[in-house]
This record gives sequence, structure tokens and C-alpha cells, in this order.
Amino acid sequence: MSAEPASGGDEPLLSARDVRFRWPGAEQDLLSIDTFSLAYGERLFLHGSSGSGKSSLLALLGGVARPREGEIRLLGKPLQALRQKQADRLRADHIGFVFQLFNLVPYLGALQNVMLPCSFSTRRREQLQAEGVSVEAEARRLLERLELADEPLLQRAVTDLSIGQQQRVAVARALIGAPELLIADEPTSALDEGTRERFLELLFGECDVRGTAVLLVSHDVRVGALFDRRLALSDLNMARTA
Amino acid sequence: MKFTILRLAAASLWNRRLTVTLTAIAIGLSVALILGVEKMRRDARSAFSSTVSGTDLIVGARSGALQLMLYSVFRIGNATNNVSWASYQRYADDRRVRWSVPLSLGDSHRGFRVLGTSAEYFEHYRYGQRFPLRFAEGGPFSATREAVLGSAVAKELGYTLGADLVFAHGAGDVVLETHDEYPMRAVGILAPTGTPVDRTVHVSLESITLIHIDMEVPDEQSSKNRFQRLIKRAVADRDLTPKSITAFMLGTRSKLDIFRLQRDINRDRNEPLLAALPGVALQELWDLLGVAETVLRLVAAMVVLTGLLGMTTLILSTLEMRRREMAVLRAVGARPLHITGLFVFESALLGIAGVVFGLVMLYAATLLAQPLAATTLGLHLPVEAPRQGDLVILAAIVAAAAAAGLIPAWRAYRSALADGLTIKI
Repeated sequence: MSAEPASGGDEPLLSARDVRFRWPGAEQDLLSIDTFSLAYGERLFLHGSSGSGKSSLLALLGGVARPREGEIRLLGKPLQALRQKQADRLRADHIGFVFQLFNLVPYLGALQNVMLPCSFSTRRREQLQAEGVSVEAEARRLLERLELADEPLLQRAVTDLSIGQQQRVAVARALIGAPELLIADEPTSALDEGTRERFLELLFGECDVRGTAVLLVSHDVRVGALFDRRLALSDLNMARTA
Repeated sequence: MKFTILRLAAASLWNRRLTVTLTAIAIGLSVALILGVEKMRRDARSAFSSTVSGTDLIVGARSGALQLMLYSVFRIGNATNNVSWASYQRYADDRRVRWSVPLSLGDSHRGFRVLGTSAEYFEHYRYGQRFPLRFAEGGPFSATREAVLGSAVAKELGYTLGADLVFAHGAGDVVLETHDEYPMRAVGILAPTGTPVDRTVHVSLESITLIHIDMEVPDEQSSKNRFQRLIKRAVADRDLTPKSITAFMLGTRSKLDIFRLQRDINRDRNEPLLAALPGVALQELWDLLGVAETVLRLVAAMVVLTGLLGMTTLILSTLEMRRREMAVLRAVGARPLHITGLFVFESALLGIAGVVFGLVMLYAATLLAQPLAATTLGLHLPVEAPRQGDLVILAAIVAAAAAAGLIPAWRAYRSALADGLTIKI
């Protein structure tokens, strides 16, 4: 049911090797990962409770934090060797993020929120240009795909939307301009049972269109059923965390 | 990209428009204050400087040059001593003197000063860029009991030509004695000048003498008094030459004579006199006001600082609540520099809004204060575009606001780096 990998040959989309990480000032390593990889178009469920080094891993993969040792590669580029500016650009161009809560910029409308990454990423903008669609048209299309086409809804302040609606706006924003990877951090934890299923269906549906790889981190094992591969962060992370 | 951040900053401010507006108004008040102080300083100077031009010397009884200027030209305060008519005659006839105008003050009409002078006044008095006085209606007085009104006098009291005016002794609001036996008839109304002339009633020296005759008669029983008055009046009809005047203005034939003449007058053996150069006396005034101006400017600068501190506090206080927003912006591709820029732009936009509010408030205040300043101070406050000096101040305030934004920006930058994509609580 997964789409064909977009490109890449032998090189995985994302890989980590011998990574050691601690936040500045920390006494011991928070993360110690010997090997990790994610293929193009793959759906990986990472099971992790809070305190298992989840936030640190996301910071590393997003290029906002640097490992003390080891190597992290995104699209063949070693993140730890990039300047902060280059890492920021790589993240903006190729990764869409969805968090547990408060994903949206509160003073922008839903449509502006979805369009926002294209202001920061030239690649995403150019991607849409190449496809011959305007940023706004694509934003509307994505919102419609995620069942948010209702115009009055889009006019409302995003803080007035329900959590489920906010999460879907966040997915649309993460996916605009076709990044290769979607990283979702507990995206369903604030949703109730019924909407959770539907949310994941919509998310996967739209990711399939472009062959976007999905890395979802959650403490909720039930969510993992829909994934190609499941991993426990505690198995991955060799560091002894309290 | 820069534009994105600017748009975000504007949207963020708009989202908090109530607090933002209040802060902008606080900055606006400080802007209005600092520009207002500058404006008052400038307008007061130009008003004083333009009140007398083309007069070489002002002569009065010996006191201070500034005091002499204030009471004779600006009609502020009163003379302590008079100048004898003989002295005036002597200098009026001096060969170096091209023209002379006597000034006799001390009476008032419904709060406006009365000036006794000669018809030459209308010919030689100059204001501003050496503008002569112009008549809006009628002409100069030619006989006793005729008056020429300043434009504000006519306008505020609703007088037209032919109106009767009764003078009061003294210039205060409380009138102790009126010269009601001798009403004056308005024969001329002057065009506006923006100087104290507008607020002056002009009559001949003879008219002044006439209305004061009664006062020289000892106040006895009324019937006897009336009889004496009649006698006095009969006498007075023949000679109304004043015995003394308050001060006089001189114009010389050659500028080279000014200093010699000034020295001669100051050394006069018959009477202690003082001849003042208007420009020098004004300089004394500026020196005197300089300290007060500096204090005012300092206070205004402090108020601006307070406004900017308030703004910084506002932004800093929301910083904690906005950490989530910063993380989201980072996740969609904003660099730490963008986060910094967001706060700097927000502060700069607030500064600009403050400047706009300030200008609006300044103009509104100027319009409101115009009539009051004109009636109480004789000061004309024009509504005008900001001067170059003002623009420098405004630019400095916006720059200071943007610089103040660096404080929250720096903290946001630090927490954006530390937080990464998820805030640690």
C-alpha cells in the first residue's frame, strides 16, 4: 500500500550511526544510538514514552541540535557537518513537522498557516511552481483533502478550531510543497478515539500521493498498527536514562 | 523572506491590538511631549524675535535691558519708572535719529493693554521680516479720544469702527478705577500680525494725558470735585503734552551710530536712562530660558525612555507564552535570526505607530491650544509639518524602539536555540 520510494538508490532518506547526544550542561548522554535508518516513502512507528529521549531525537533529526559524536544523514547530507543556517534550510525544505498540540501560529489564519513553510523554503515554493500551482491553491487543495474545505472555518482564528481541526491544518502545513519526510510527535494524543483513526487515514492518504516518508513517535502502541515498521525507542537508545 | 517576517510581526501585533494600541499611545504621548517642547521653544523664540524688527534701540528708565524689552514691547510686566518728556524730545531731535516713537503704557481695556503713542508708530513699527503694520479697516488716530484696535481686540470683543471704549487704570483683571468720562472711539483696526500688537489698543499720547487729568485732582467732595474737573478739563484742552512716557523706540540714520547713541543715552546726565539693543536683550532672554528648556527636554527624553521601557516590558512579558510559537516557526523553517528579526520588527512597528500617534496628538493639542496661547501669551502656534530636527528625533525614537526590541529578541533567540522544536517545560 506504500508508494514507490521517490529516489535515493542505496542511500536511505534518513540515517544515524553511533550517535551520542546530551543537552549542554548535562552530566550523561541522553541518547546513544548505534544505527538507525528510514527509507524513502517508509512509514515508521517509533514507540516511546516521555523521558525516553524523544524530544532530543527530534531535535537531532531536525538539525536544531548537534550530536556529541556520530553521524546523522538526511538525503545523503551529514547534518552535524552543516552550518546552522544550512541545517535550518535543509529542515525547511525537506521535513514537515506535526506536534502534539499548539501546532499553529496563533495570529495567522488556517490558510496562512498552511502557506507559511513556502515563505521560508525556496525549494517548496519552486516545487509548486514546477507543478504549475500557486501556493494558495495548493494550500486550499490540501485543506480540502484533509476535510477542511469549509470557507467560514478557514476564516476563523485558528485558536477557535477544534483540536482535531488544528491537527489537520498542521498536517496540511507539513505537507505543502512535497517534503520527503513528515515527522509527527504524538500527533494523535490530544485526539479522541474516533477522530484518531480518521486523522491517521487522512494523513497517510495524502502522504501516499507523493510518497512522503512518515516517522511517527508516540507512547500509544495502538497507533502503530497502521505502520510498515515498528520500533521501540528504548530498544534503539542504548543510553541509560532515568 | 524579510517581508515574511515583517508580515508576521504585523499580524502578531494586530492579534494583540488592545495592549499594543495602549503601548503605542504611551509612546505617542512621549513623542507628542518631546515634539511639543521643541515646538514651544521654537515658536516662542520666533514669536519674540519677530515682534520687533527694524528698531535699533529701545529706551526706558534705567533697569535691565530684558525687563525693558518685556514691558515695552511684549507688554509683560510693568515699568518701574518713566522717562521724562524732555529726555524723549532731546533724543527724538538728535541728528543721528531718523525716527522715534514714544510708548506710554499703564492702562487697559477689558484685559487688553492700552498703548499711548504717536501716529509715527504705524509708520515705523516693524515685525517679522520687517513687515509694516497694515490697517484692515479705517486708519490711524488723528485726534484725541480716537483709538486704533489690534486685530484680536476687535475680534474678541466684537468691535467694529465707531465702537466706544472705556479704559481702566492699570492692567490687572481687577479694575479699581475706570476712565469712564472719556470713552474712546475706534477709528482703525489693524490686520493680524501674530505679535502683541494684536492685543493692544492704540491711542495718542494726548488721549492718555486727558484720561489721567482727573486723577491728579485730590479726591474731595463730589460737587467740588466736579467743578475742579471742569476747570482742569478747560486747561487740559489747551495742552495735553505728556510730562512723561514709559519708553521709546529709535531708528538711526546709520547703523554705525547705534553704539555711540546707545552709550550717550546710557550716560545721560539729566536722567538715568537705559538704551537696549533688541537683539542683545533677546539673547539675554534665551540665556535665561535656556536652563528651563534643557530641563524640559530632559524630562521629555525621560518620558520617551519610560515609553520604550514600557514597550520592552510588554514584549518581554509575552515571551514565555510565545515560546511555543517560536518553536513552531522554527519547525516550519525559520532560522534563529528570523526569530530575532520578528521581535525587532515588532518593536520598530510599535515605535512607528507611537510616532504616528504622537504626531496626531501633537497636532490635535496644537489646534486646541492655539486660541489659548494666543489670548494668554500672545503666542501664535502654527500647525506645520515636522521640521528636519523633529524628523531626526522621530527617526531616533523608532531606532531606539527597534534597539529595545533586541532585548526580547536576544532572549527569544536563546530560548529558540535551547528549545529546539519542542519546548521543555
